[in-house]
Amino acid sequence: MPSPAAAIDARGVSKVFRGDGSADLKALDDVSVTIRENEFFTLLGPSGCGKTTLLRLIAGFEFPTEGTIRLYDQDIALLPPYLRPVNTVFQSYALFPHMTVGQNIGFGLEMQDKPKREVAARVDEMLRLVRMEDLKDRLTSQISGGQQQRVALARALAPAPKVLLLDEPLSALDLKLRKEMQIELKRLQTETGITFVFVTHDQEEALTMSDRIAVMSKGRILQVGTPRDIYDHPEQRFVADFIGEANLMTGEIAATTADVAQVRLVSGAAISATLPAEARPTGKVTVMVRPEHAEIVASTASATLTGTLESTVYFGTDTHFNVRLADGTAFVVRRQNDRKEGRQLDPGTPVGVLLAERAAQVLRD
Amino acid sequence: MSKAQDIIKAAERRDLRSRWLLSAPSLLIIFVAAIGPLAVVVLYSFMVKGDYGDVKYWQFSGEGWFSVLFERGLFDDSISLADAHLSILWRSVKISIITTIVTLIIGFPTAYFIATRPPNRRDLWLFLITIPFWTNLLIRTFAIQEVFRNEGVLNTALIRTGLLEKPLQIMFTDGAILLGIAYVYLPLMVLPLYASLEKFDFRLAEAASDLYAKPGRVLRRIILPMVKPGLIAGSILVFIPSLGAYVTPRVLGGGKHLMLGNLIELQFGQGRNWPLGSALSISLTAIVMLSLLVYVRASSKSGARSHG
Amino acid sequence: MARQFSVRHQRGFTTIALICFFLLYLPIATLVVYAFNAGSTVGTWEGFSLRWFEAAWENTRIIDATLRSLTIAPIAALIATAAATMAALATTRTAPYPGLTFKYAFINQPLMVPEIVTAVALLVVFSQVKVWTGYSGLGYLIMAHAAFCIPFAYLPIRARLETMDLTLERAAADLYARPWRVFRRVTLPLMWPGILAGFMLAFVVSLDDVVITEFVKSAGQDTLPTYMLGQLRRAVTPEMNAISTVFLALSVAVVSLFFFLSRKKT
Repeated sequence: MPSPAAAIDARGVSKVFRGDGSADLKALDDVSVTIRENEFFTLLGPSGCGKTTLLRLIAGFEFPTEGTIRLYDQDIALLPPYLRPVNTVFQSYALFPHMTVGQNIGFGLEMQDKPKREVAARVDEMLRLVRMEDLKDRLTSQISGGQQQRVALARALAPAPKVLLLDEPLSALDLKLRKEMQIELKRLQTETGITFVFVTHDQEEALTMSDRIAVMSKGRILQVGTPRDIYDHPEQRFVADFIGEANLMTGEIAATTADVAQVRLVSGAAISATLPAEARPTGKVTVMVRPEHAEIVASTASATLTGTLESTVYFGTDTHFNVRLADGTAFVVRRQNDRKEGRQLDPGTPVGVLLAERAAQVLRD
Repeated sequence: MSKAQDIIKAAERRDLRSRWLLSAPSLLIIFVAAIGPLAVVVLYSFMVKGDYGDVKYWQFSGEGWFSVLFERGLFDDSISLADAHLSILWRSVKISIITTIVTLIIGFPTAYFIATRPPNRRDLWLFLITIPFWTNLLIRTFAIQEVFRNEGVLNTALIRTGLLEKPLQIMFTDGAILLGIAYVYLPLMVLPLYASLEKFDFRLAEAASDLYAKPGRVLRRIILPMVKPGLIAGSILVFIPSLGAYVTPRVLGGGKHLMLGNLIELQFGQGRNWPLGSALSISLTAIVMLSLLVYVRASSKSGARSHG
Repeated sequence: MARQFSVRHQRGFTTIALICFFLLYLPIATLVVYAFNAGSTVGTWEGFSLRWFEAAWENTRIIDATLRSLTIAPIAALIATAAATMAALATTRTAPYPGLTFKYAFINQPLMVPEIVTAVALLVVFSQVKVWTGYSGLGYLIMAHAAFCIPFAYLPIRARLETMDLTLERAAADLYARPWRVFRRVTLPLMWPGILAGFMLAFVVSLDDVVITEFVKSAGQDTLPTYMLGQLRRAVTPEMNAISTVFLALSVAVVSLFFFLSRKKT
């Protein structure tokens, strides 16, 4: 039984696209996910990972080959889109070019045969919400990209859907506008209290806006969690790699206590690392450390890891130290630059690396 | 989840059915007023000729096809080549080929001229090419006739200037037909040539002239090979309607210089030989279809090359 | 002074092109100019006059033929456009399905077969049908015109549809529009310019047709082009120039409108 607070509950969903005789494409492979009411939920993954397919299945533009999709307690997997109280903000916006901004926003309510006055009032309310009151009678071809984006949002929100689906809606905007819209989207979600399901391949966008993120790859969901969870404690190699930068080292689990394992690395060093919540690996494992969760020191004596400094790269806000560990593994340490100039370390000098508390994470492959 | 599969299958079947229903009116009209009658003509070409035109139904014979190329003696059964038909066939092919060459020679520089105008003025030049094309073919033929006639503009002008003493007989000659057809179908040559030339990247011509090629060689070695699909398309688009021309040879040829189209008409009119007319029709259609096939092959090949 | 080098310049091309344009318009210009000639021969200008337009206007056979042309063309174009619109909807924006190539071939067939062949084929079949049914009205001409107009109407409509992806229709469905309303409110308004262009093309093509009309028409069913074809056999009077000029003006107007509309949309 899905809990009553689940807005979308997908169980065992697969989607196979029939190829031209040759190979069928399995876009989704046995995906199960629960999206809670009122949350900003993001599907994150590289192109072709199935995130847009999952969104289109929820919207009703495609039908699952297998599995069920429930919206609250109604099975919607096979309903046509016009019978689902779910609206979409399209990547291309898909604004009707032959209608004005106002007509676009009112379209959904009109199709639900709402009284004219109610439609008009709702359109005005929506225009206020997205701060576009002045452009009501413009054609959609006469407004800027950012404005089109707002109209697309207003149009999808106007019928007050139970869930709003957003298909990479910010990808067409330039960087500055994208940042603005990220804040705007978050505000709209909080103000309307509608569940947002957001699809993106941009990890930064996902981390800044989401309540929870599902990382997808090759038609599967690899990990679901809060942005912090996902970033600090990725459970799989793909997740660690796809989001942020990661130092990967191999080793063997020597002992486990609760959710922490003692790992003996190939280089000989012993470190403690957090274990994944489920399907805990044993024996040979890969351990991940984020570059900014490590610190570089001149002395090798008390350091967790030791190696040789190969190069230093200055990035403005921070500096990267490329270290070659004793066993030959490459390891990057990132240090934020502050006012005082730190001690210069010359390439070729032996250095030590200290790890922060719970910095190391054991990965599943 | 076979239920989901069933629903998807049912939706696909519905989509396919509605697509057939939507195409039905077009298919029906074209069947009734084009393809169906054409099939009847195929059938007629194998039947025995009726006495007053028409055919003797369901009496089959190869005579219609036989007489496309051969004729029997009046009094004996001697068989000889049908010279009249062959000369008309030859004239049709000859006129069509020369027309194609003439329009190519005039059309290529014209298309090149349009393609090298500044982009904002190309549309205007193109428009000037298309306008005559969309005006009635009969009117254009009539206009040409006004120029060619003995008391027409050309002869009047030549006599006035003293270049000629008495009018030059242009009308009712193969030359008149040829020039008339070339005039009428010239836009069909220019348009595809322009489409190819417009896409030509003149940086390639720059590269060639940088490598010491003079303009003539740039044209021959770089531009012409690159616009070959356009050359083929234009040539076939002119060749096909020329071969099947009916109105222009009828008006400018004056009933003596027949082309295939007129020969076909003759069999259904005075000639009263429907099986022969049908066989000739099918032959003409076959030649046209073959040319079209060459055209499709050529254009799909060029398409494949642009992808590779 | 040496000409400044341009890689686009080919010797003689501009001259040939300009001669080509001149030759293209010379006959038409002659035809139009002599429509206003007071005299009755082409080649000798005897002053400006509208007498040939008046003569044409008073010739009942010309008026009759014109009216017939203007009856057949809009009806045939309307039928062809409606049929072609449906066919375009059925043959675009889909994965290839069994029968799709067949439909393309069928719809474009009138373009591929020489007109004279279709004309004699229709003569053979329709003359027989006329005998069987006893009906010999304009229906045959309208039917024949509709058939060869379909591919012309189909081309711009199909082109228009292919530039429209399905996202807008999906968006409408997402906003609770049922299939018929999606069509009425989104698909149809968006494909309208294509339909209009298709109709105009079909109209011009029907108006211009000589060959098929000549063979399908029953006695006394001359359209303007077939009337003119009949006249061309005799010694022509400038009356023909006058009709042609009016006809030309009409075609140019329709084509210019088409050109303008299609340019505005791209």
